[in-house]
Amino acid sequence: MADILECIDLSSADVRSAPIPERAVGLMEWVAAAEALGRDTVELMGLWASRRGVHMALRRPGTGRLGLLTYPTDSSFPSVGRHHAAAQRPERAIRDIYGFVAEGAPDLRPWLDHGRLGVHHPPGTATPVMEMPAYDFLPAEGESLHQVPVGPIHAGIIEPGHFRFTAQGETVVRLEERLGYAHKGIGSLLRGAPIARGTMLAGRTSGDSTVAYAWAFSQAVEAAHGMTVPDRALWLRGLMAELERLANHLGDIGAICNDAAFAMMHAHCGVLRERVLRAADAVFGHRLMQDMIRPGGVARDLRADGAALVSDLLGDIRARFGALVRLYDNSPSLLDRTVGTGRLSPDLAARFAAGGFVGRASGRAFDARRGLPYGPYDRLAFDVPCRSDGDVNARIWIRIEEVRQSLALVEQILDSLPAGPVFADLPEGGSGAMGLGLVEGFRGDILAWIEIGPEGTIAEGYLRDPSWFQWPLLEAAIEGNIIADFPLCNKSFNCSYSGHDL
Amino acid sequence: MRRLLLEGLLRGPLGEPLAREEAAERDALGSKLVRATRHVLGRSLSIREVDAGSCNGCELEINALSNAFYDLERFGLRFVASPRHADVLLVTGPVTRNMAEALQRAYDATPAPKWVVAAGDCAIDGGCFAGSYAVQGGVSAVMHVDLKIPGCPPRPSALLRGLVELMEGRSND
Repeated sequence: MADILECIDLSSADVRSAPIPERAVGLMEWVAAAEALGRDTVELMGLWASRRGVHMALRRPGTGRLGLLTYPTDSSFPSVGRHHAAAQRPERAIRDIYGFVAEGAPDLRPWLDHGRLGVHHPPGTATPVMEMPAYDFLPAEGESLHQVPVGPIHAGIIEPGHFRFTAQGETVVRLEERLGYAHKGIGSLLRGAPIARGTMLAGRTSGDSTVAYAWAFSQAVEAAHGMTVPDRALWLRGLMAELERLANHLGDIGAICNDAAFAMMHAHCGVLRERVLRAADAVFGHRLMQDMIRPGGVARDLRADGAALVSDLLGDIRARFGALVRLYDNSPSLLDRTVGTGRLSPDLAARFAAGGFVGRASGRAFDARRGLPYGPYDRLAFDVPCRSDGDVNARIWIRIEEVRQSLALVEQILDSLPAGPVFADLPEGGSGAMGLGLVEGFRGDILAWIEIGPEGTIAEGYLRDPSWFQWPLLEAAIEGNIIADFPLCNKSFNCSYSGHDL
Repeated sequence: MRRLLLEGLLRGPLGEPLAREEAAERDALGSKLVRATRHVLGRSLSIREVDAGSCNGCELEINALSNAFYDLERFGLRFVASPRHADVLLVTGPVTRNMAEALQRAYDATPAPKWVVAAGDCAIDGGCFAGSYAVQGGVSAVMHVDLKIPGCPPRPSALLRGLVELMEGRSND
């Protein structure tokens, strides 16, 4: 048992500076790792497949060390999900996409494959489509239960997904999510793609996190090449990532309140969010800063008056944000909706290694910027807010605190932005090398894995959205709440559909 | 709260003044839009947004249309929750195979006369996801498209301009 834990021995610096060593493990070690996950002695950072087999990225919460295990296979692997619930959906996705079956898995229903793709196991061993039976939702039994199906198209302007509520009166007895509607086959598009196209796809995996995704992907490519990125590029990446976090958190704070019919917060936060996007547009030439980060550095330097523009933005947000926080905190009718609603227990957040505000509102203090530090955050001062009440209110407050932290971070970055180039050419070669990237997006830690192919291409790649380990927790958080509070809970989680569906 | 409300009243719109070109463009857009929508549908146009598999970037910018800067309801444009209340389906994303049926059903549920707008590069031709086994293609692979608004994602101002073009095209009928 000790053996498998000792395999998880890579420091953040190891992962970020060099190709990640492939550690092929046998049946015993794989199962030992799955059991360790079940005992919560290690955390699951990702579970995915490639033509090499099935990969599992692990982290030891105590030491912060990482490890990547590979179970070589072309057909099946021992189920991790039977020991660790967070692995069940990734295993179902692996079966849909690669056809690798998780042996002994408690749930064998398809996940991303809705029987409409024309082929099964698309990028793997593409077999012709067979009739797929209707999807079996999990049963709920009891007196006077009724079901409410919602989606995939929802009432608002949001992404597609299906929610199946079983309710007694207004109270939710069980929520089951069915996702995969936004499945675009990003894994298959990455296979053999030139690195530039891979970066573009990574930046469009979840549009609200385009900066964080492009950064994670770039980190993975840079690690696989063992290359160093110019310092100024790292700082500019940090600037973009914090602007992205600010825009999203500001938008979320307003939108959550709007779901409690408190439109005033929404209007004011919407103004602040728009100001961030306009500043990003002025400084970097794109409102969402898409395609600004690429392997080797960043695509464009700060324009001459960029620092002043961003500095004005900070002043503007600071001048207005405090009053909005007081408005939230002094509106009992609003707090009545958010306090105690959609509570997620710290125990579940820890077991699923939930990242972002979902984890940090429920006692899991992990933030990749701190827990697995990378430049420029290793040289910046900031706090990682954490609470344990785990309700909608807590997730709002984590965002409020993080807005304040991001404002301070942007200020530090502007104050000490180093001079120099913003891009370095990628070295040639490196075929077969693998790299891992881990970046804290606004919603949590994004993991990127790539294998370099011949002549500047990607052999294979995988991008793991934080939502994989947050979506299942929403099902738990809503239990016992009323259906009318679901929009509040859902928005406070704000999981990505596209990032999850890949 | 009272202070914020009072400030809102006394200081006018919270938003900073738009850049000169953009302000001129917005005003021009506004008056053109008013004439066009009145011609076809009286004074308002109801839009049902459908994400057919986008990365959610387009949704961010479509949502921005409702903020204080763009405030699309000034023009009689509004987003509605049901396709049964809609005149226009505003579709984003490449149409994934998993979403094609839902999109078709939303279209079928929309009463005529109805128009389909493909917003964003993916909705136009599948964008960078074209060719994937999981993607059917752009919106026109599934249904007739009346207007295409390019961009990745389209800027809110481009979305507004696009809707004007749609209305102008219709009003020539």
